[in-house]
Amino acid sequence: MMLRLLSVVAALVLCAGQSLAAEPIKIGAVVSVTGPASFLGEPEKNTLEMIRDELNAKGGLLGRPVELILYDDESDVNKAVLAAEKLIKKDQVAAVIGATTSGSTLAIMNKFPAAQVPLVSMSAAEKIVNPVNPWVFKVAPSDRHAVGRILKHAQAKGYKKIAILTVSDGFGQAGREVLKELVPAMGFTLTADEVYGPKDTDMTAQLTKLKDAAPDAIICWGTNPGPAVVARNRAQLGMKTPLYMSHGVASRKFIELAGESAEGLMLPAGHLIVASQLPDSQPQKVLLLAYTSQYKDKFKGDVSPFGGHGWDGLKLVAKAVETAGSDKPAAIRDALEKITAFPGIGGVFSFTDKDHNGLDANAFEMVVIQGGDWKILK
Amino acid sequence: MFAGAPQYLISGLTVGATYGLTALGFTMIFNTTGIINFAQGEFVMLGGMLAVVLQKAGAPLPVAIMLAVAVTALVGCLIERGVIRPVGRTAPVNLVIITIGISILLRGAVMLIWGKDTFALPPFSGSAPLAILGAAVQPQSLWVLLITLLLLVALKLFFSRTIHGKAMLACACEQKAAALMGISVDRMAMLSFGLSGFLGAVGGAILTPITLTSYDVGVMLGLKGFAACILGGLGNPFGAAAGGLILGVLESFGAGFVSSAYKDAFAFIVLLALLFVKPTGLFGGPKSDRV
Repeated sequence: MMLRLLSVVAALVLCAGQSLAAEPIKIGAVVSVTGPASFLGEPEKNTLEMIRDELNAKGGLLGRPVELILYDDESDVNKAVLAAEKLIKKDQVAAVIGATTSGSTLAIMNKFPAAQVPLVSMSAAEKIVNPVNPWVFKVAPSDRHAVGRILKHAQAKGYKKIAILTVSDGFGQAGREVLKELVPAMGFTLTADEVYGPKDTDMTAQLTKLKDAAPDAIICWGTNPGPAVVARNRAQLGMKTPLYMSHGVASRKFIELAGESAEGLMLPAGHLIVASQLPDSQPQKVLLLAYTSQYKDKFKGDVSPFGGHGWDGLKLVAKAVETAGSDKPAAIRDALEKITAFPGIGGVFSFTDKDHNGLDANAFEMVVIQGGDWKILK
Repeated sequence: MFAGAPQYLISGLTVGATYGLTALGFTMIFNTTGIINFAQGEFVMLGGMLAVVLQKAGAPLPVAIMLAVAVTALVGCLIERGVIRPVGRTAPVNLVIITIGISILLRGAVMLIWGKDTFALPPFSGSAPLAILGAAVQPQSLWVLLITLLLLVALKLFFSRTIHGKAMLACACEQKAAALMGISVDRMAMLSFGLSGFLGAVGGAILTPITLTSYDVGVMLGLKGFAACILGGLGNPFGAAAGGLILGVLESFGAGFVSSAYKDAFAFIVLLALLFVKPTGLFGGPKSDRV
């Protein structure tokens, strides 16, 4: 009898012990895998799952496997809110990565202070981290950093008059706000401010107007295909005014679409697309090359900076879990805020209690398109 | 201030030709069946996308374009035969809703098969711009205007000289009488879908070198093409083409002289104002008994 009781107790203890050891660390993610923002969300999801597998292959975190609970918000703000609720209340995750779009992030971020769970966003809007919300971080660089990088280059070139051409969607208008603030603030004159629609197929009218304003340089803010049309129309009109593009078109697709008219265009790009041209001393170089080949092998597609946001999000959370030595949400939050000089895909992150983005204008490299490829501008 | 005017006019005409070709397709189907085909923009998209895909698969550009146009025309016929005709003689509004469904289906299918990227085609005769009256013109723009014009003339001849064209016009006037005269109204309806698929696809293929294409270009084109139809007077092919050109030029001048932020609004405000004054459109007949 005693023996049987003992064996039952032993079995129970064993079971409990085993389940304790195998208890996974749960990390949530809200990603736009389908819908209009899927060109961002798909590489993010691929990368998140790839990094999860990589972490688990190395024995997980704190000796426990990593469980990634990923919900697709279908590029819909309402679904993002539901997904965030579910992750916090039902799944009780230690931290959440997401959302993919700025709109969704802004809609879900106020839930996190109440739930005391850290959120690491993969979207760009500055409002996510300004003013600082103690529970919300973001890994995508802000438009401010990209604009700053362009204007620094324009200053070095001695340009005085700047004209801007922006797309009338969320990305373009956020960029326009920052441009309208920083262009005068950095000592330039804003000579023209034109807008085009995201589905427009001809921008010669806007460019003709810009030409009449005779600026020293034009800055165009948009994502494909608009800027490719702008580049083609600029070549058609025979304009020689230097044209800067935004980081929104830093992909091979842009060069393919704009063809010869892309030659000589300049833009701020993350280090990922020019990784092989970076000096060996650059702290990100090894990571960038490894990520590029790893992603290509696994998904047979090209890497994009968006997938890089997934890399940064999960690796930063993993780092925080390791330094905190715990998967308590509050401990992860505190550890995230103390991460400094952490090389990622989007840049070298240094968080403080006043800066929850951790990046500066150095996250971007000025590149020029030459011979159908990117070249770093010195 | 008016130095840019020739440039605005040229870019307006090029964009307007897009709207005009889409509008022509709308007219074709409306005239024979009384249906507004909201999948018209998708025909334009199909023409462009198929041409891109075939060209990438190795077909020479003219062959790729001809095949793309033929396939799209066939798709048009199949839609009429497979989806519109089985529903039978119900109110046109039901059929209009069906065309909206078809447009979503076509868009989704293209997205799943060829992805969400934007694609380009090489221009037909180089990209070195020509200078006309101080405006820089892409050779492709001239191709677009020329082909649009040719199509218009061909349509005019088709409707006035051929038995099929006259039979389609007869269906437009009075279906019952046309049927009594021995005209197969069903076949004419199928022909009209095929013809508008053809027109849309030609538009899509010749425009892609300028405007680029992707699975979702049909949405905006469909809307603007429909607006062009209304502007020119619904049911009048020449009104439709002219309406398209006028809409394009209005947008371009609006963007150039007023503000590019209100470019779309500008064209639609003029459209609204016109409809208040002349509800049948610029070239529409005095009566509008077909609803």
